[in-house]
Amino acid sequence: MNVRCLCVVLICALSCATVHANDAQHIHASHGWIRVLPGDLPAGAYVTLQNDSDRVVSLTGASSPAYTEVMLHQSSTTGGMSRMTMVDALPIPAHGNAVLAPAGYHLMLMKAVHPIKPGDTVKLALKFGDGSTAVIDFVARPANTVDDDTNAGH
Amino acid sequence: MKLRHAWLLAFALIVGLLLGGCQRNEPLPLRLTDVSGHMPDLDFALTDDAGQAVTGADYHGKVVLLYFGYTHCPDVCPLTLAHLHVVMERLGPLADGARILFVSVDPARDTPAVMRAYVSAFDAHATGLTGDARAIEALSKRYRSAFTREPASSDGSYEVSHSSAIYLFDRDGRARALATPSASQDDLVHDLHLLLDTGTKP
Repeated sequence: MNVRCLCVVLICALSCATVHANDAQHIHASHGWIRVLPGDLPAGAYVTLQNDSDRVVSLTGASSPAYTEVMLHQSSTTGGMSRMTMVDALPIPAHGNAVLAPAGYHLMLMKAVHPIKPGDTVKLALKFGDGSTAVIDFVARPANTVDDDTNAGH
Repeated sequence: MKLRHAWLLAFALIVGLLLGGCQRNEPLPLRLTDVSGHMPDLDFALTDDAGQAVTGADYHGKVVLLYFGYTHCPDVCPLTLAHLHVVMERLGPLADGARILFVSVDPARDTPAVMRAYVSAFDAHATGLTGDARAIEALSKRYRSAFTREPASSDGSYEVSHSSAIYLFDRDGRARALATPSASQDDLVHDLHLLLDTGTKP
């Protein structure tokens, strides 16, 4: 009886865990970095997000104790003009990747609470569609960093 | 018949010599978009990042890479300047014969001091130029470039959409090539070598 009870509880616990695994638990972040600019200029943050679930997960924004404001942006170049637009959500495909990289999607970090130097590690809480968050380490790199991983076209 | 051939040959030779001798039309085997003769010479009246009034003539003798942007641009401008830094590194000591001119399309926020701090973070061969909004607009229009200040957000911050092209001038201030931000570093290095070998050296 006791054993049977325990089994029921365990099965329930396991299935509950599966059903309730939140968006953040399905996302694996790698290659997080920040391009540090002089003074209090806004900085771009980049990361690769891998989704191991069977459904699309959306990145809806981020926040950080190190910056007053963080915005999800997309740079685009059309007709020879570079522009930046705010993005409400970036879909991360099921069993796929979304790449935040220079000249594309990025997080714009504004008004650093304390000056950030190259070499520092900065924590960013990424926010997903279901409201869950994942705290990720981003490495601060010098302004003139050319990111090799996103340099395929050059 | 033979005489006629000889005359044609002589004529072709003379034309060839005339063209070859004319520096202005000297064709260069550029890999980037060749704009020689299609865009005006380098000319502006702006303020450099040391606060000095400068004109296009102050950069004669150098190969110039002209790029429009602004310091509150966290993504595309730094990426372009970082790539230009790699290109300059690849030129080695020859890079001293070239100058990156980063012209602000946001003079309201980009003071000479802000520009200096910004360009210094990228490359020692870069100079930031800012100045009167009308002077910047005139320079932008001169090269059929454009920029638009986007509406400000609630906290007063704003973005500026701007032309992404990089303009290459030879040592005599003549417009020679146009590169997109996605141009390969190899092509930029190749064409800069050609331009560094062309025109009047100081």
